[in-house]
Amino acid sequence: MELISQHTKKIMEECKVRARDAGLVFGDETLEYIVTNKDMLELSPKVMIPTLYDYWVHDVEVLQKQGKYKLYPNNPYETVINSRPAISFYNDNNPDWLNIMIFYHVLGHIDFFQNNIMFQDTWNDDFVGKALADKRMIANLRTEQGRWVDYIIEFSRAIDNLVGYFGKMASYAYYDNINPTKKVAFYFDTFLQEIVKAPEHEFFKEIERYNKLVSQNKNVAESLFFSEVRKKHPEFQAIFEKQQDIVEHKHSDVIEFVMNNSTFLNREKNLWMKSVISIIRNTSMYFQPQIRTKITNEGWASYWHDKLFRADNRIKGNEVAYSKINAGVTSISRVGLNPYAIGLRLIQDIEDRANKGKLSYNFQKISNIEEREKFNTNTNQGKDAIFNIRSNFSDFMLISTFVDQDFVDNHNLFVVGKRLDQQRGVYQYYVKSRKGYDYQKMLIDSLYHPPIIEVDVDKTSEDNLYLVHKFEGKQLIKDFIPETMVGIEFLWGGSVNVETTEIVSKKNNDGEQIFENRKVLYTIKDRKVTKHNL
Amino acid sequence: MNKKLTELYQQLKQKGLSAEQEELITRELNHKSSIHYSSTREKGLYDDTDFENFMNLSSPERDAFSYLKTLDELLEQDKKREADGFPRKIRIGKIVKPTKDNKAKVVVVPSTNEPKFYHDDSITEDGEENTGGSGDGEEGDVIGEQQAQPEEGEGEGQGAGEGQSAGHDISSDAFDLGRIITEKFELPNLKTKGNKRSFTKYTYDLTDRNRRFGQVLDKKATMKKIIGTNIVLENIKPQHDFNPADLIINPNDEIYRILSKEKDFESQAVVFFLRDYSGSMQGSPTEVIGTQHLLIYSWLMFQYQNNVQTRFILHDTEAKEVADFYTYYKSQVAGGTRVAPAFQLVNKIVAEENLATDNNIYVFHGTDGDDWDSDGKALQDELEKMLLYANRVGITVAKNSWSSSNATTIEKTMESSGLLKNKSDLIRLDVFTADGASEERIIEGIKNIVS
Repeated sequence: MELISQHTKKIMEECKVRARDAGLVFGDETLEYIVTNKDMLELSPKVMIPTLYDYWVHDVEVLQKQGKYKLYPNNPYETVINSRPAISFYNDNNPDWLNIMIFYHVLGHIDFFQNNIMFQDTWNDDFVGKALADKRMIANLRTEQGRWVDYIIEFSRAIDNLVGYFGKMASYAYYDNINPTKKVAFYFDTFLQEIVKAPEHEFFKEIERYNKLVSQNKNVAESLFFSEVRKKHPEFQAIFEKQQDIVEHKHSDVIEFVMNNSTFLNREKNLWMKSVISIIRNTSMYFQPQIRTKITNEGWASYWHDKLFRADNRIKGNEVAYSKINAGVTSISRVGLNPYAIGLRLIQDIEDRANKGKLSYNFQKISNIEEREKFNTNTNQGKDAIFNIRSNFSDFMLISTFVDQDFVDNHNLFVVGKRLDQQRGVYQYYVKSRKGYDYQKMLIDSLYHPPIIEVDVDKTSEDNLYLVHKFEGKQLIKDFIPETMVGIEFLWGGSVNVETTEIVSKKNNDGEQIFENRKVLYTIKDRKVTKHNL
Repeated sequence: MNKKLTELYQQLKQKGLSAEQEELITRELNHKSSIHYSSTREKGLYDDTDFENFMNLSSPERDAFSYLKTLDELLEQDKKREADGFPRKIRIGKIVKPTKDNKAKVVVVPSTNEPKFYHDDSITEDGEENTGGSGDGEEGDVIGEQQAQPEEGEGEGQGAGEGQSAGHDISSDAFDLGRIITEKFELPNLKTKGNKRSFTKYTYDLTDRNRRFGQVLDKKATMKKIIGTNIVLENIKPQHDFNPADLIINPNDEIYRILSKEKDFESQAVVFFLRDYSGSMQGSPTEVIGTQHLLIYSWLMFQYQNNVQTRFILHDTEAKEVADFYTYYKSQVAGGTRVAPAFQLVNKIVAEENLATDNNIYVFHGTDGDDWDSDGKALQDELEKMLLYANRVGITVAKNSWSSSNATTIEKTMESSGLLKNKSDLIRLDVFTADGASEERIIEGIKNIVS
């Protein structure tokens, strides 16, 4: 791979100046490389990170079973690598005007990476450098441990979509002094609710009592509070001390829990495995924000490439060619979802709404369509609003906050249903709904969302790991469960249970097909998987 | 068709059917309406990248060529997995795809999947997929249509008609697959028949390939190597013309044929493939039987090369012979099930063409175990006739999930006939559940019926 020419680099630097003037914020240094088809061949399985660790699966076609399992995106590969310095890739034969357009788009991404709160864990990383160190370490381990390194990579990757990304994010949202102490948290979260099973009114009474004490005297509030508790529940202190370890585990994700608690992994001779698992986990963690901000990020970059490009005097004479490409990128599809189009429209809409003061309660309470249309308080806070989105929003937040009936109506959107006409052997696409709520739900349903699987600490012992899948209306892909469990069993060094819910079709008394949810327990012991109903 | 089936059903009913059989038959009669279709998926949120949108750079389709280099290595690695106690992971592609001129092609591609806990999106409330759209149209308006494709393994192309040459093409590509799966399979009970020489005789021929030197330059293989080298050197780029004079020739690219010891071949075996393609076979049973027969076929092509004649017979309530493996593999499921006619047809062909005198005869039958002739009398008669000349009859029952608790009709018939015990050398039965049957199980199945 080679860097872009000096001539092109100069264009890029000029773009940076203009982007900064418009309000974008990003680091000074960036690296731009020319990428060929052959590079793409090698890089795309590695998520465009040239220094990512080697793994044999990257050399094999991975069956995606398109259609059947719709989509479960792996890590998204992008033009821009979120690293320090940011790295981006280009064709070697782009005309200058096209490079200007792409540069603005790329700068939009870089600004997003470096300012969106979802990415805060990556802000201090030279990820490409870190990946290189990891790659070397894995290569090194391979010379010692041979193919066992690949097994560990494989088994860790099998659960790398279960990393507790949001759990970690959430913990940053509290300031230290806001978080209650462990003892208080345990008393309210676990002791009262799960052990004593106190009725709600008592629970709230206790909260009130605690808050009152805190407001009176912060320093002694806790001891005063618990002296009362001791009278009522003398057993509390003992239970708290006993359970303290477990409480800590409650918040870790499956990989983390296995790493910290597997006796197998913590044996001296197996400690190297933990390094491998950490690498896989960190790599997965690294891509979490990216896949959760696809719409927002593409929308943001498209907004800026359009805005900055059109104001750029260097492009004179290429307006038509630009418009053609821009339309190709950002037009809403007749059928199908385009993150560029939806993201761009949302950001433009938000800017417009904020300029007119529509992001206010006064606007929201109006139900008259005409009045809503006319509403304009000339607050001109559009720019602030979109920068706020850029800094704080993920796709889910963006969609659930701003995709509403107005948005759907303004852009003439609808939910498309696809049904099979058996007689004629064709699939029909039809307008299923024009309701804002339905469109929003459809979008949210198509967002990346791995299953929530957690460790049940009470049912877990040294020999047996007990996982619980939180059912959200979708069962797990059954074919994959046994193979995934083989890996977890190996890492845990003992049997593994997975409690999940499956959808079974049945016939009711009238002969109609009905669906029923059934709880099942998968168990793997000595690499044999069994399943029974709960 | 349906009328005929219903008549047959009425006839059988008059003879008396148990509740269980009746359920099986009605299930099959009603089955046809639920053929699985797949269709291309609309663009989703995560399908677009800047590369494609701005620069027309997509993640290039990796062709078989780029995978093949590591195939042996991967398989070696996979073997070790088994030794280490983990399930194998490499699946060797059984991709049969029609090419432009309608010839079938088997492409060997190592593939794998990365199992994780994923949400299964295939079950939705109303059984429909939803996506986004924009533009005009009232709620309920149909805005487009797409031809539905029957799912892999049950594809189109019913009936013969691609001619002998098409059948030939598949065999040359199936060769590679056969090389990979040949795990010391051997045709059982092979006898010297007629006045033709045996399989185990050797001859010397220019078949082995060698780099750099040898007796005769293999131009085709050499050309391929040169192209490969030059792709790597980027002298040849996709979608670009190139000047052959610019190509660089590495001495290592020259492939020669050298004299080597080879088995001496004369056509001596006829292998019949029989497949139940009735309604109840739809889905996993068809996939499993299709795969198994593809593997057997590939193996035969490899091990015995062109001295095995293959014949293909499909049956539902009636049997028909099809011209080539492609048609056999791809034909669609339909109708009810009667097994006897298929065996009857084999007997007829063997008798009419007098095949048994000069050939070893092998019959492989794949079914889900259903048979509307519940007494199995006709089948038993045909089988007994067959066993007088056949070297081996191998029956694979790939059970449907809903019938897995009881023995299937075929199993019962075989059991009551006593053939499995009396002539255990000549006939084998292998039974397993089709759902989730792994490639290993399928290969295991081949071992069971040919050992």
